[in-house]
Amino acid sequence: MSTVNATDMDDARPAAAAGKGPILSLRGITKTFPGVRALNAVSLDLYPGQVTALIGENGAGKSTLVKTLTGIYLPDEGEIVIKGKPVALTSAHDAFERGITAIHQETVLFDELSVAENIFLGHSPRKRWGMIDWKAMHERSKSLLAEMGIGHVAPDTPLKELGIASKHLVAVARAMSIEAEIVIMDEPTASLSHKEIEDLFVLIDMLRQDGKAILFISHKFDEIYRIADRYTVFRDGEMVGEGLLKDASQKQIVRMMVGRAVDQIFPKRETEIGAPVLKVDGLSHPTEFADIGFELRQGEILGFYGLVGAGRSEVMQALFGITRPSAGTITLDGKPVEAKSPADAIDAGIVYVPEERGKQGVVVDLPIFQNVSLPSLRKTSSNGFLQLAEEFRLAREYTERLDLRAASLSQTAGTLSGGNQQKVVIAKWLATRPRVIILDEPTKGIDIGSKAAVHEFMGDLVAGGLSVIMVSSELPEIMGMSDRIIVLREGRIAGVYENDGSLDAETLVSVAADIGEEAAA
Amino acid sequence: MKRLLRTREIWLGAAVAAIIIATELRAPGFGSLRNLMEVFNNTSILMILALGQMAVILTRSIDLSMASNLALSGMLVALTNAAYPGIPVPVLMLMATGFGLVLGAFNGALVWRLGIPAIVVTLGTLTIFRGLIFVIAGGQWVNADQMTTDFVQYTRIPVLGLPLLSWYAIAIAVGFFVMMTRTSIGRAIYAIGVNPTASVYAGIDVGRTKFLAFCISGALSGFCGYLWVSRYVIGSVEVANGYELTVVAACVIGGISIAGGVGSVAGALLGALFLGVINSALPVINISPFWQMAISGAAIIFAVVLNGRTNKSRGRLILKSAETVK
Repeated sequence: MSTVNATDMDDARPAAAAGKGPILSLRGITKTFPGVRALNAVSLDLYPGQVTALIGENGAGKSTLVKTLTGIYLPDEGEIVIKGKPVALTSAHDAFERGITAIHQETVLFDELSVAENIFLGHSPRKRWGMIDWKAMHERSKSLLAEMGIGHVAPDTPLKELGIASKHLVAVARAMSIEAEIVIMDEPTASLSHKEIEDLFVLIDMLRQDGKAILFISHKFDEIYRIADRYTVFRDGEMVGEGLLKDASQKQIVRMMVGRAVDQIFPKRETEIGAPVLKVDGLSHPTEFADIGFELRQGEILGFYGLVGAGRSEVMQALFGITRPSAGTITLDGKPVEAKSPADAIDAGIVYVPEERGKQGVVVDLPIFQNVSLPSLRKTSSNGFLQLAEEFRLAREYTERLDLRAASLSQTAGTLSGGNQQKVVIAKWLATRPRVIILDEPTKGIDIGSKAAVHEFMGDLVAGGLSVIMVSSELPEIMGMSDRIIVLREGRIAGVYENDGSLDAETLVSVAADIGEEAAA
Repeated sequence: MKRLLRTREIWLGAAVAAIIIATELRAPGFGSLRNLMEVFNNTSILMILALGQMAVILTRSIDLSMASNLALSGMLVALTNAAYPGIPVPVLMLMATGFGLVLGAFNGALVWRLGIPAIVVTLGTLTIFRGLIFVIAGGQWVNADQMTTDFVQYTRIPVLGLPLLSWYAIAIAVGFFVMMTRTSIGRAIYAIGVNPTASVYAGIDVGRTKFLAFCISGALSGFCGYLWVSRYVIGSVEVANGYELTVVAACVIGGISIAGGVGSVAGALLGALFLGVINSALPVINISPFWQMAISGAAIIFAVVLNGRTNKSRGRLILKSAETVK
């Protein structure tokens, strides 16, 4: 299987798909939560041997639908029909028994268990008296993994030793081992690198050949067009369109999603690029990166591109004082910066908006205003005593600037939607009045409307004289937003490019992945 | 969340009031102001300790050494008082507090610098501190006749009808309220409890904040060491043995989440008062001490169930309402 290549896949696609009715149908599914109608009489069909893409902005009801399908939520109205028979999915186990399995964005597996145990958890082969048949379990895992082209992963490897991509593959192996007929993939590519996504697609195609019905949820259109046969679009809890992808253009689908046409995803803006603000020279770390040197100019957006694990975030964390570099200098406005802690970096004027908004950005149980003032507390408090009025003033100023929609600044940040939480995070950093703002994957996992808002806002930042470093794995974003692009590979700078229109995506990808010209072509 | 917390505190307050009223019906006089002041006074040390424990628990840690710290600091000032009766009591109070702070700082330093889980560190120091009492006292007790009058009176002198002991608790509670809601250290304690990673990125030193929380709980334990020895007029190895669990129980009943970040000064005080009222009420209505322990235990479990439910409805878990839907 490891020899399957892209051409084989493409040819085989329509063959299995033709002329079969849906294996699973949702009819008139409604699910309400206090104050919200998350799903409103939606329908969805999944066909054997076809990949159906579920498309919609954040809050459109995709997650609720997945939870309905996996037996976590019980719908208020409507029916679920599997192979022509109406069924009630009243528990996760129920859904599992009916042959439905889900592979989540953050893989729900068990780090401390072995690969084989993860694959067979809940349905492990048994010997007499209910003892687990370890031998059979390992053998079947081995053949499954080999079949999937990842025979190099030993079944007794502890899962925690695998990378995120391999964990996804284990989840797929699990789906195959229970002979699931319906496989739900909820943003499986969100934390994968380019190469890992390719591997996953090979597997998805295998599942398709096998006659599985696949529901594929992704924000990325290139992926959807690559892998899916059908689409279903959700907006505000309703199904607004479905059909075959080959009959629909990207523009049409975007229009369905947002209810309006989005012409320009990347707002072009003209800014005056000024003198160098930040100078980094010979920055090195014992294990993560070496000899990083670059200049960031006033009003510039500097893009950092590279594969997952290339050391991009690690370099940024060193600039921000979270990790200590072993060598090198950082100069801001001509003055050397020695960031021993994030507090030092913030005081110097460098801020870092981390990648994982939930984990690293928002303090969900604190009110909005306290979230905004958190990094500025040293400025808004005197002698260790907080000045609540000053905090409110700061929070109001910056949340208004970002058009944050909240009933009150005293409500906890956890009650806001994802997009608004992102705004709280950005507001809190702007409130520190930085010179340099580092955005790590600023639009990862957010919907297309919020994305455009973040991009527009980046334009405003640089127009206001700030300098921005943007780390991103999304090529369109890197190429659409950056003035210059630095490609990192294995902890070193592999290339620096002026983004003047002559640069093409293939160059970036091949430099990042260190593949020769012939492979990139 | 604030509203939920408020409701929980109101419920807890109502539970305390209900127990008082019910006991009053069975044993008239229990609900008299005089008796309630007595109950409050009896609970003062527990309230102070619960506040210290709260600061630590909010940072996702726990201080199991508080009672041992209390006993060691108490023994230290009792011995000092016996050996040098001329030292004024306020100096001894400062000495107890300072010594307790050093012990707390030791805990905090191990957690901060060596990254050892707090439960392990304080389980170790619990035994070490307790053992040190033997060492410094040579296995002897300090009895009432060895203590000066001042030493014993400084928890008893009535001010506006309340003994000084109660006033210490009130003053510390007010100070704690200001610290938790109006100072940057209080804010940092909450922030690192809710989301340590986000706090690091916001420039808060998580390790240092934990260290400070341990210093606070240590200092309060030390101060309570004096209060305890003065109030019960005895210094011995056995002082407050096992009391750390009562303190943790008060916090848990008061709605302070063991997972960190959630809890309030009012909650900690009410949790302590709840235990205090139960412990005073049950003997009055002739319930055996064995039942008292069982009832305190049941209250803890009930409180945890209640906290678990509020946490769930706030959507903390991945599969948040899987259970509640059905």
